[in-house]
Amino acid sequence: MSKPRDALIDPLFNNNPIALQVLGICSALAVTTQMDTALVMSAAVVFVLLFSNLFVSLLRNRIPTNIRIIVQLTIIASLVIVVDQVLKAYVFEISKQLSVFVGLIITNCIIMGRAEAYAMQNPPRMSLIDGLGNGLGYAVILAGTAVIRELFGSGSLMGVQVLALAGEGGWYTPNGLMVLSPGAFFIIGFFIWAIRVWKPEQVEQD
Amino acid sequence: MQGSVGYNLGFAAAVCLVCAVVVSSAAVALADRQQRNAALDRQRNVLLAAGLASDDERLDAEAVAARSAAVVPVAVTLADGEAAAGVDPAGFDQRAASIDPARSTPAPDNAAGVLRLPTEALVYEVRDEAGDLDLVVLPVEGLGLWGTLYGFLALEGDLRTVRGLTFYEHKETPGLGGEVDNPRWKARWPGRLAFDDDLNPAVAVVKGPAGSVDDAPHDVDGLSGATITSRGVTNLVRFWLGPDGFGPYLGRLRREGGAS
Repeated sequence: MSKPRDALIDPLFNNNPIALQVLGICSALAVTTQMDTALVMSAAVVFVLLFSNLFVSLLRNRIPTNIRIIVQLTIIASLVIVVDQVLKAYVFEISKQLSVFVGLIITNCIIMGRAEAYAMQNPPRMSLIDGLGNGLGYAVILAGTAVIRELFGSGSLMGVQVLALAGEGGWYTPNGLMVLSPGAFFIIGFFIWAIRVWKPEQVEQD
Repeated sequence: MQGSVGYNLGFAAAVCLVCAVVVSSAAVALADRQQRNAALDRQRNVLLAAGLASDDERLDAEAVAARSAAVVPVAVTLADGEAAAGVDPAGFDQRAASIDPARSTPAPDNAAGVLRLPTEALVYEVRDEAGDLDLVVLPVEGLGLWGTLYGFLALEGDLRTVRGLTFYEHKETPGLGGEVDNPRWKARWPGRLAFDDDLNPAVAVVKGPAGSVDDAPHDVDGLSGATITSRGVTNLVRFWLGPDGFGPYLGRLRREGGAS
């Protein structure tokens, strides 16, 4: 069994769910045009991941193996619905922008992946730490992508204008590619490249 | 005992029960706040349709209330277009009325997929100091691809020119039909003529680009990859402007001299 520190730190760069395992890409493309949606989405995923890992781990010796996937899914889906309700009550504007992508956390492979691969075999405390680590790994990539996309796509950060737009008398012409989903593909690709230059052991053998 | 069919069924039932309690208590506990948010969002969309607010502004409750000062909600009887005396516009919920058998009637067969018509409907009027109509905002709804679109259509004081159209709730595919929320598409609406010369609803979402207001006064650009949503928008706008929708009400306003 790995140490708690590794379970927390490893998913950030050594074993990042997006950059190395290439999971959860769909939402990473969809919600990263702005910082605020990316951060709210990350918080939602961290919350769901923490508690799905915790509950699955608490029940791991009781869950019948032949219905384990569906039990995990029920737990995850319930958590996601709760998150969705909370977002609608407290950050309505952002929840409207996130639209279906909050609901789609249910199908995010990172969450089921961790429940099935880790929480089913490990005690609750370690599973919590693993959930937090993987959630933060997802959040790091989302936040990084969103900073670049919002800054170069709309000239702002967290909705505050930093680069004066040419359309409003400034000097900066926004890069349209950054606002579109393919822009996120390029940025995540560059992140993966950068991480693999830094940590060559992640490069797959031919 | 673990592994038996009975154990599996019992375990599944227990998990479902706990999850159901958690989910429903969250829904019940947060319902008040969500409804307040939804009402605020609806009011903001009235302002959006009327051109009194824009999509890139973030308005809080006070700003919405301040800008709504000139926007007067009026309950009207759908069938004859007269003001509904017995209905308080402030607490009136048209969507609740539409599904209440006592306050609605089955709609005649229509392309917009509207099943029931409320007896009374809530419209918004903006008048200048002289009392002349500046614009009117009508609630519209109708079937898209995945579900019903709910929105507002604003007409200028001439009761013919579109001031704006906006949807506050829909289930269309993000990126395709969901582009009904795109400010650039919504900007295609203002200035188009909702009615032809005989006052029949004529505005339509057409395939491809429609051209300028002068070239195609009744047409609006279609949404790429969203034929059914585009068609749904055409149908629902025409339905609510027509004789079964707000036709009688608009007719009354014209007779009163709202139309110049």
